[in-house]
Amino acid sequence: MMRRRRWMIFSVLLLAVSLVAAGCGDDDEEATDTTEPAPTQPSFEAGTTMAAIQSKGKLVVGTKFNQLGSGLKNPTTGELEGFDIEIAKLMAVGIFGGTVDDVESKIEFKEAVTAVREAVIQSGEVDMVVATYTINDRRKQQVDFAGPYLIDGQDVMVKSDNNAIRTLTDLNGKKVCTGRGSTTPANLEAKNITADLTLFETYPECATALRQDRVEAVVTDRGILLGLVDQSDRQFKLANINVSEEPLGIGLKKGDDAFREFLNDRLEAIFASGQWAAAYERTLGRLGLPTPEPPQVDRYASTGTETTLAATTTTAAAGGTTTTAAGGTTTTVAGATATTVAAGRGGGADHSGH
Amino acid sequence: MTAPVLADALGPRARRRVRVASIAAGLLVLACLAVAVRRLSDRGQLESDKWRPLTEWPVLKFYLGGLVNTLKAAAVAMVIAMAVGGVMALARLARNAPQRWLATLYVEFFRGLPLYLLIIFCWLGLPQLGARLETFWYLVIALSVYNSSILAEIFRAGILSLDRGQSEAAYSVGLGYWQAMGLVVIPQAVRRMVPAIVSQLVTLLKDTSLGVVIFYEELLRRARITGEFFHNPVHAVAMAALFYIAVNSVLSAVARRLEARQRQRYGAGRIDVAGAEDVALTQAEATAKV
Amino acid sequence: MNVVFDNLDVFVAGMRTTVSLTLVSFAAAFVIGVVVAAFRVSPVPPLRAVGAFYVGTVRNTPLALLMVLFFFGFPDVGIQFDSFWVSAVIVLSAYTGAFVGETVRAGINAVSRGQGEAARALGLTFPQTLRVVVLPQALRTVAAPLGSIFIALIKNSALAALISVHELVGNTEDLITDFAQPIPIFLGAAVGYLILTLPSGLMVNVIERRVAIKR
Repeated sequence: MMRRRRWMIFSVLLLAVSLVAAGCGDDDEEATDTTEPAPTQPSFEAGTTMAAIQSKGKLVVGTKFNQLGSGLKNPTTGELEGFDIEIAKLMAVGIFGGTVDDVESKIEFKEAVTAVREAVIQSGEVDMVVATYTINDRRKQQVDFAGPYLIDGQDVMVKSDNNAIRTLTDLNGKKVCTGRGSTTPANLEAKNITADLTLFETYPECATALRQDRVEAVVTDRGILLGLVDQSDRQFKLANINVSEEPLGIGLKKGDDAFREFLNDRLEAIFASGQWAAAYERTLGRLGLPTPEPPQVDRYASTGTETTLAATTTTAAAGGTTTTAAGGTTTTVAGATATTVAAGRGGGADHSGH
Repeated sequence: MTAPVLADALGPRARRRVRVASIAAGLLVLACLAVAVRRLSDRGQLESDKWRPLTEWPVLKFYLGGLVNTLKAAAVAMVIAMAVGGVMALARLARNAPQRWLATLYVEFFRGLPLYLLIIFCWLGLPQLGARLETFWYLVIALSVYNSSILAEIFRAGILSLDRGQSEAAYSVGLGYWQAMGLVVIPQAVRRMVPAIVSQLVTLLKDTSLGVVIFYEELLRRARITGEFFHNPVHAVAMAALFYIAVNSVLSAVARRLEARQRQRYGAGRIDVAGAEDVALTQAEATAKV
Repeated sequence: MNVVFDNLDVFVAGMRTTVSLTLVSFAAAFVIGVVVAAFRVSPVPPLRAVGAFYVGTVRNTPLALLMVLFFFGFPDVGIQFDSFWVSAVIVLSAYTGAFVGETVRAGINAVSRGQGEAARALGLTFPQTLRVVVLPQALRTVAAPLGSIFIALIKNSALAALISVHELVGNTEDLITDFAQPIPIFLGAAVGYLILTLPSGLMVNVIERRVAIKR
């Protein structure tokens, strides 16, 4: 009898210990992932973020895992697909050299939903965030942005048979769904729309709520909405209401101007080389969006290191659209010559992946 | 197994009545099931293409990976929470008043907050305080802090449940405070606490699912990703529920057996702690068995 | 700290929702719990099985999962409530009901055999025995565990934020993302919860002392 009890306590302890051991064991895998650097690797000045990423052999990117067209995780393959993903890979090519295929093993994607993008950048958990991330002054207080790499607009998604919502003012008093921590509430407020807001962590949750008639409209970036419309089996449509223009940028740590310069150069290089347009066609283009002209990169003057938002929140509330980058015009040529160097260093041969 | 309090062995008439009631109730249950199945099939929820993707190996692997992440967070948090909880329990029983107050403050503060709030705070707040960690650690820290305050109460109750005579006897043979604790009180108290600790582990394991709000890729998060991908939220989430029920049932059964044994051996009472709702419940099974 | 006082109305509105969720859910959970307990001690096997299945399933499943399943999943099988608040109450009471049920059952089993025997000797039927003799005593013994369940429910109601019910934690999260001052806002919310949980704890102690049966 005595022995059996001992055995029982012992087995519980053993279970606990083996669970912990299993937990620790997993970390080793990640550590052994540093593969030999590719021969064509570009060189960077020591101490820069690019050099640091290159030497650790891994670029950690925050992105969304559930946005068709932008960034979607496929549970059967574990792979991410979308425009943001393509942009991230093209940036990685600029750091590690080689082709998009070569860098695939050197990028680690982490889920970064709307509300946490600033936090994961500030904490250093990710090197950069490419996650349908609207550039605005309020966020610039906390992080810096390279780009924009795309001018997206916010639109309204409704059920296909809904003809009651045709203009922005129709949203007054309606149940409107959007993501926690997104620019949408501020955008609506700036246009004096008072809607009954439902806030979920992710946009597919908003789509589910719309399908179930728990909300009447979903407001967010057009690219995200088109993905949801495409998945909806013609249950949803866009109301084609221009809520705001959203310049999407690559978020990075505040004050890291060298890294920002590098990313901007790299963006202009892929704009000029056609890789940008090819990436667009493969992803958002598939949802029926015509490929736009690349936007003009906004090399704004840095405002120094990160500050808290305390003083600026009220003024920034309307900041959704402040960076009115001359979206869509063909003015990328100016920057392109300056950046051919970067593209050349990147090997130039990085033809499109898949 | 009839309930011990309520009925003697049934007589012939009562047996007949029970038989009638059983048939009626059984039919009612079957009718409910039939309605549920009908409803599911009417809405196309029983079609195999809703289930099929979930039974494919890559998707199962995705789930199992989520389960491993869940177990990992739960195991690490449990170990940390036990250590911190032990320290806090001893501090609350200490003779030094400031120590006692500090530990009481810690326990009462964190025990009174929802775990959700702590997780949100760790995730959004700690980076601003300079703690730059992986999502995993934000979840583990929140789980550890919350559960350490509850385990501290379990430990304290366990130690206090021992007869005073035990420590008095220890002192009278010349042991000091820490010797008495270490050699006499704690070893006996631990035995009484084991079922409560395992119960708390079940609660902790379930609470790990709150990692879903900070996008830690545990079981529930992965179920949601899967449901959004295949458009079968009911099935994807129900699948995760099966995993949870399997793991937790095993742990609950262990807790019950431990408690029943302990009750038989020592006739010792259970450790009853406010806030640890699971703990209070194991008594039922134990009483039924004894 | 200004950020807390400037947004006091947001905290208070959140607390009000937390309180309404808790009180309504607890009342419903109590009813569910008593029914479940009655099922589990009944001499009718199918009812016992139903009770055991309910308790075993709900107790071993995380509340967050149930919340998500009910809110986002069940509408696909035609079960949908348009009010988010009502949805949250249903999940919270179904979950808490399983715990109440187990506690009440434990209380019933703790009533001494003689009580039931005496009741039957007086000629009371099974339902009468349960209602007049056993349950009143059982409920007194379970006052303390029920109090713990109530406090746990105050805390568990936070999960309603997962389905966009604007209770205290949801409002806190929104304030933190709006103002980026996590520490004062967290402390504000913590005070809000302690205002609810600490007095509840004291009250439970008082009730326990009043009604407890000393054996």
